[in-house]
Amino acid sequence: MNQRSRLTLLVFQIFIISLFLALIGRLFYLQVAAGPKYKDAALSIQSRDVVTLANRGLIVDDYGVPLASNRVGLAVTVNRIKIDQQPDKGVAVLTKIARMLDLKYEDVWQETRLCGELPVGQRTGCWKGSRYQPIPIIRDADPNIALQIVERSTDYPGIDATPLSMRSYPEIDGVNAAHVLGYTGSLTEEDLATGKFYRSETIGKAGLELQYDEYLRGVPGIKTVIVDRKEAVTRTSQNTKPMSGNHLITSLDVRLQASAEAALKDAVLRAKASGYRADGGSAIVMDIKTGRILALASYPTYDPNQWERGLTASQAKALFSEKNGVPALNRPLQGLYAPASTFKALSVIAAKDAGYSLSASYDCPAYVDVGTRRFKNYESKAAGRLSMKKAIAISCDTIWYTIAYREWLKDGGLKPVDPKDYFFNVANGFQISKKTGIDLPAESAGRVPDRAWKQRNWESTKDFYCNYKERAEKKALTPFLIQLARENCIDGMKLRAGDAVNFAIGQGDTVLTPLKMAQMYAAIGNRGTIWQPTIAKAIVTTEGRILKEFTPQVLGTIPADKETLDFLHAALHEVTISGTAAGVFSGFPVPVSGKTGTAEVFGRNSDGSKKDNTSWFASFGPTNNPRYAVVMMVSQGGFGASTSAVGVRRIYSTIFGVTGNKLDPAKALFPSSGPPTKLPIISPATKPKNPNESATVTR
Amino acid sequence: MSMINDRIRLYRRSRTSPFSGFDPVLLISVLILLVVGTLLVYSATRQWYAANGLDPQYYLKRHVINVFIGCALAWGVTVIDYRLLRAYTPIVWGVGVLGLLAVLIPGLGSEINGAKAWISLPGGFQIQPAELAKISIIVGMSMLLAERDHSSDEPSTREILQALVVAGVPVLLILAQPDMGTVFIISAVVVTIIAASGAPMRWAVALLLIAVVGGLVATKAGVINDYQIKRLQSFVDPNADSTGAGYQLRQARITVGSGGLIGTGLFNGPQTNGRFVPEQQTDFIFTVAGEELGFVGSAGILLALLLILIRGFAIARKSTDPFGTLVCIGVIAWFSFQIFENIGMTLGLMPMTGVPLPFLSYGGSSMFANMIGIGLLQNIHTRHRG
Repeated sequence: MNQRSRLTLLVFQIFIISLFLALIGRLFYLQVAAGPKYKDAALSIQSRDVVTLANRGLIVDDYGVPLASNRVGLAVTVNRIKIDQQPDKGVAVLTKIARMLDLKYEDVWQETRLCGELPVGQRTGCWKGSRYQPIPIIRDADPNIALQIVERSTDYPGIDATPLSMRSYPEIDGVNAAHVLGYTGSLTEEDLATGKFYRSETIGKAGLELQYDEYLRGVPGIKTVIVDRKEAVTRTSQNTKPMSGNHLITSLDVRLQASAEAALKDAVLRAKASGYRADGGSAIVMDIKTGRILALASYPTYDPNQWERGLTASQAKALFSEKNGVPALNRPLQGLYAPASTFKALSVIAAKDAGYSLSASYDCPAYVDVGTRRFKNYESKAAGRLSMKKAIAISCDTIWYTIAYREWLKDGGLKPVDPKDYFFNVANGFQISKKTGIDLPAESAGRVPDRAWKQRNWESTKDFYCNYKERAEKKALTPFLIQLARENCIDGMKLRAGDAVNFAIGQGDTVLTPLKMAQMYAAIGNRGTIWQPTIAKAIVTTEGRILKEFTPQVLGTIPADKETLDFLHAALHEVTISGTAAGVFSGFPVPVSGKTGTAEVFGRNSDGSKKDNTSWFASFGPTNNPRYAVVMMVSQGGFGASTSAVGVRRIYSTIFGVTGNKLDPAKALFPSSGPPTKLPIISPATKPKNPNESATVTR
Repeated sequence: MSMINDRIRLYRRSRTSPFSGFDPVLLISVLILLVVGTLLVYSATRQWYAANGLDPQYYLKRHVINVFIGCALAWGVTVIDYRLLRAYTPIVWGVGVLGLLAVLIPGLGSEINGAKAWISLPGGFQIQPAELAKISIIVGMSMLLAERDHSSDEPSTREILQALVVAGVPVLLILAQPDMGTVFIISAVVVTIIAASGAPMRWAVALLLIAVVGGLVATKAGVINDYQIKRLQSFVDPNADSTGAGYQLRQARITVGSGGLIGTGLFNGPQTNGRFVPEQQTDFIFTVAGEELGFVGSAGILLALLLILIRGFAIARKSTDPFGTLVCIGVIAWFSFQIFENIGMTLGLMPMTGVPLPFLSYGGSSMFANMIGIGLLQNIHTRHRG
């Protein structure tokens, strides 16, 4: 070999060795550096999870009556793999099945598309699961049609009918409780991204179903199979049985809930009949010794079963339609309303703190001038000189204008010096601007328009008011509004006399939820304890073992002494004897204490009409040994007495067993000891059989 | 005295044992690879054939037969006098060219994956003449370039042109199949042999240019089929063709990557058992090694392959006549480029072509050719030691 050939050979050898180094480097990258990534990719290629859904736990009332249970529906499902293999991609069979089930072909087509297959913005109703799962197009089919599909399967290639566990709200005693119970639904992409769920699982979406989902849901059974390229199963790598969800025992009582719903509906309809708009309402019954919620009703309501049947687009729209009164809104804990005269119970405490005698007499003139503004009594009538008790009973406003104005002046008026703020302090003592902490999602907090709030509010709005001419709409540029804006810009943070006197009668910027009202009157009724309202009593397993008990929590104590509470108990009872609710409670055999409220609402409805008053009745009873707080509220419902107090009387009638004016203790809902403290036994008969024998496959 | 010693040595070498005088490292490396390859072929086919109601040892049995035939061929080539080899070379070449012509005749050749590269024989056997053509090209070119009728260091232009004709005829026939992977490998071998023969560098450079330009023209002129262009595209963008070549390449990469450091263990690779990589007992055999033997095992295979090549270089250096050196270099170039093309394709470094992995892939023709190649290396080694 000559020199040059040797050199060529050496260069060639180096070249070959470097090629091999490149291969080893690449191999190292694929297997060691990026190995975990490829392992995951391989796993998703080979493994299929066959998911057997768990039965969801029941939700029952205090005696074990089911509020939410499961039943077996017949689902008609579409197998996308088989459909796609057909020459026409399943158009013919889908058309046929849509006609049979009385569905629109377009809807069926849309429902059987994977969301990822459709362009963004056209995904409504698309299938959120995987291609390997049977896609239900109807969950509750006519058994005859389902049978036909199963028997003549060759006529319906790729279509199947299979029993499916469905959530059911049995509406025992006509109970609806849609807002409390909530509903269940399939997973969203965001839910899936948490990695906690399997695609075909159903989870709680609202209400108790959402709040206690982790207990109710159970654990689906997972069988992981390893498949080959032809999707043939080669072996099973994991196999767990489904574990049923646990049952939720609530403090709700089906009979009382049904009664509260009926009374509320009746109140709304009566108010409508009297010419009020009456666009919604709330009714709440609370055990004031524990804070447990016995009934919670919101009006208007909706059918809780409509989700399982398959919510149509128009049903979904109706839930949020203003014309229908936004049925989706859970008014007892999401609606915010001015408390009006019901707030005077708090004003009594404030007046006592400020040194006013509760046994003294006070003038109740037709009006009081506060600065340049004239604040009128209700219907501008003078009632002469009254005891404080009588003033509460007939709901005199002018007493409170006088007291609140005097205290505002004492606090320094527009130039406050070390203000005492008795009224605000009492309101904050009742925790009005805090949520009640009820075990339901999406609660709203109330508002106490005290000096701190005024300051915050001014800081967030001053930019608008100080540039009013540039920012406001043309039609809002009247000289009056421009003047008002200028004042707001300069000293909008200041607490004006008008703010102070309005606050004393629960008007102005003060708002709270009906649930907060129930919590407040419960605290007055039980002589001081602010309870956190709770619905859940316990979680029990399907075998009956108690997994978790929920003990009610004390959130605080109201700032009222014994003398004031004695006075309030008597004065609020007087309301039903000689006061605004005397007519409504005339002849009622059980003494109760309460307060009417008729709140003025500013602003207009969408059709331009002026808003009607909010009707309130907040109460507790029996007066001598209070056990229950009952609150009803009808927005735009007119007077407190004629709309809400009537409804509250009906609810008390159910609780105590009153028919007309006759008390029959045997008909009382609860024994004299009150609502049950023992947990009910959920009988094995209510334990549903697992209908999910046809498991679904997901990647 | 020394002449007597030489004779004795020669006598012992040819008489004592059929393996005496073989390069032991080369021999052991090849044997290891043959055993590993047999296990991999079995793993690649066992589960799938069983699942489909076929004999799970179908491929195993045939592969073992191929291995034994291959070993016999290697032994035969090793012990043959290589003057005899030179005498037979024109015949081997001629048979190879005839074979390559035969595959192009409709009815005689069978088409697999778009290439007419096989001749079907009775009993389900097939032969691939291109594999054997590689050997006749290497030996033929080495003969022409090593035996000079003048005393110059460089081969004459006439000799180079003759050598190119020897290589060119089969290459054109393979191009017509078309089997671009084999054309690529043979072209690289031709350039390497020309460069190593001491021919002026301009030849090597010119041939490289012709190969590149030819490749481009072939693409444009449609000599390369659609499926081949797709394969190339899917190399550039693995997502371009998610069902065909792109699918195969991605599956191959996932399968290799999922093996991790130590692999799933032989016969335990779920990707392999699920047969997610098509052609995994032939062109994609390395994915089985990747998944089941992990980085440790796959790198071990690469090292064993590299050992064969390094031994090849040593034998080429020690060879005392230019013919032996050139044959050695030709065989090394063939093995190296084919290994790099095959594993590079599996790992996503090279475009997809259908070439088997020497010593490991299932396939008789390829196995026989590889073993003949090994026989040539051993033959040169036994005759030109020290």
